[in-house]
Amino acid sequence: MNMNTKSIFSIIALAAGLQLAGAGNITGTVTLKGTPPPEKPITPVMEDPTCGKMHTEVPMTRFYVVGANNGLGDVIVMLKGYGKSTGASATPVVMDQKGCLYTPQILAVQTGQKIIIRNSDPVMHNVHAVPAVEGNAEQNAPQMQGAADLSFSFDKPENFLKFKCDVHTWMLAWVTVIDSPYFAVTDKDGKFTIKDVPPGKYTVVAMHRKLSLVTPSPATYKGMEQEVEVTADGGKADFTMEVK
Amino acid sequence: MIDSSKTYIWLHRFALFTALATLGLIGIGGLVTSHGVGMAVPDWPTSYGYNMFALPFSIWFTGGVFHEHTHRQWASCVGIFVVILTRWLGGEKSRWPLLIVGGTELVVGLLMFKLNDNLRGAGGFLSGIGGVVLLAGICWIKNAAAPGRLPAMGWWAFGLVQLQGLLGGLRVVLDAQVVAGMKLGNVLGIFHACLAQGFFVLLCAIALLTSKWWRNGNNQHPTVSQGLCKFVIFTTLLIFLQLTIGATMRHQHAGLAIRDFPLACGKLWPDTSVQAVEHYNAERIEVTDANPITAFQIDLQMMHRVMALIIFFGVAMAAWQVRRFQGVRRLGFVWIGLIITQIGLGAWTIWSDKAADVATLHVLVGALSLVTGAMLCIIFCGGITKSNRAAAFA
Repeated sequence: MNMNTKSIFSIIALAAGLQLAGAGNITGTVTLKGTPPPEKPITPVMEDPTCGKMHTEVPMTRFYVVGANNGLGDVIVMLKGYGKSTGASATPVVMDQKGCLYTPQILAVQTGQKIIIRNSDPVMHNVHAVPAVEGNAEQNAPQMQGAADLSFSFDKPENFLKFKCDVHTWMLAWVTVIDSPYFAVTDKDGKFTIKDVPPGKYTVVAMHRKLSLVTPSPATYKGMEQEVEVTADGGKADFTMEVK
Repeated sequence: MIDSSKTYIWLHRFALFTALATLGLIGIGGLVTSHGVGMAVPDWPTSYGYNMFALPFSIWFTGGVFHEHTHRQWASCVGIFVVILTRWLGGEKSRWPLLIVGGTELVVGLLMFKLNDNLRGAGGFLSGIGGVVLLAGICWIKNAAAPGRLPAMGWWAFGLVQLQGLLGGLRVVLDAQVVAGMKLGNVLGIFHACLAQGFFVLLCAIALLTSKWWRNGNNQHPTVSQGLCKFVIFTTLLIFLQLTIGATMRHQHAGLAIRDFPLACGKLWPDTSVQAVEHYNAERIEVTDANPITAFQIDLQMMHRVMALIIFFGVAMAAWQVRRFQGVRRLGFVWIGLIITQIGLGAWTIWSDKAADVATLHVLVGALSLVTGAMLCIIFCGGITKSNRAAAFA
């Protein structure tokens, strides 16, 4: 490697280091205003002879995860139009089938990032990914009990791409595929952290699967947006979503 | 030659048995859609890679696989019954056509099996069908063909049952393909559902035309007016249109677009504005998989409700006219009874949040309503007099 090439690499590394050195986290909370519809018991689970045995009480749907101080869980929060996907080299994300339910139910990954689907149940499932965006292939694969993990990845950004099981039709999960590493999913109390964001001004978008649906077919989502300034100390973005 | 009167008794019984088996098939197929498990077996004609008839019980009796695989097995049985019926109706003359069709299917199936690994499953299936058809052709019983249009009706049933099997299979194989913004699986599912209804009508017509009641010409009605004949046909066609609307609703796989009755989204006529539809989707908690509700689906359900009212009045008027004709007046009462039951089941489907068994019963009573109308059409508008009918069956 000659001196000029070495210099160029050194400058790039220094710039990256300086960026990261000043990078901060965007933190915040998403809260829910209004009373959400009551969750429903997933009674078909208990009616299934194999799946029912894995539960001592009827599991409930988890569409509005409301925690302390009306914090809203399972909200996807991301930076709008910033960053490039590092999905190909990112650590795979695991989605498990346990008790005949997908866990977690709401997930976010980068484009090209592997989603490992595991079957921890003593029963066959069929993993059916149903994308709405052209370029993301629909995939349908059976997974017997004890079978090897399945691997999925998607090349195009898509909000709330549905995963379902055609054998156990209550099994549902939604994966948001994002073209950058700058995103988070709120926890049960509505809190999120988007890590290592370089200093600057950004638009932060928050989307909830039920509250952000604007067009049903094809399913299209419009999130809430907020301008945030990130310094070395980070940035703050709080959202309040209202029940429609 | 076999004693014809005894033959026709058994022919009629077998035709009736095949029609009843088809009604059961519509029921189990209805359960598949009601439970949303149309893709529970993601391949065809194999089942999870196995020959359809060799699927292990451990897989068959898992969740939604049970409904879908049972539907396939039952359909295969109905297929066999129809081949037998075709041979019986066609008499000895039908042997050669069956031998040719069966032989061709067997050879093509075996070639597919041998020449292309990807087509082994399909080849095995086709050669199996060919084998059954070939056996029917080989059957050496020298029976006379049934009279009139019956042999042709048998051939129609033969063709339609195979087309129906193919449609059902393609619904699975092509499920993910999108054409004009619509999933091909959903479009083919609608055709599969509608053709099932027409096929059931055909089998019931065969059962009617082979019945002793029909053969003895007990129902000749020289005074039936053209107007009444046309009215019964029109009302029956309206019922078929209603079944098509129902099939389109069910194959949206969006659950209930309107969740209350007799009001619709709390009003006489529902709000289908963008904001309203957003609200319906936000407040709906789906326990099983359901696509988001659209304004189109809400309009479709309202059309279904309005049609139900129109059909009720149409059938009521027809039943009132039909009561004058001895021999069929009870059929008129049965018809209006079925429509009233159907309206009740429609309401119950909504009140039960689309419980699978209730929704499927709604499909079955819909099929029976269509068939009752179709039988009245044949009886009133069949154009066959008592004398020539008795002669035909001599």
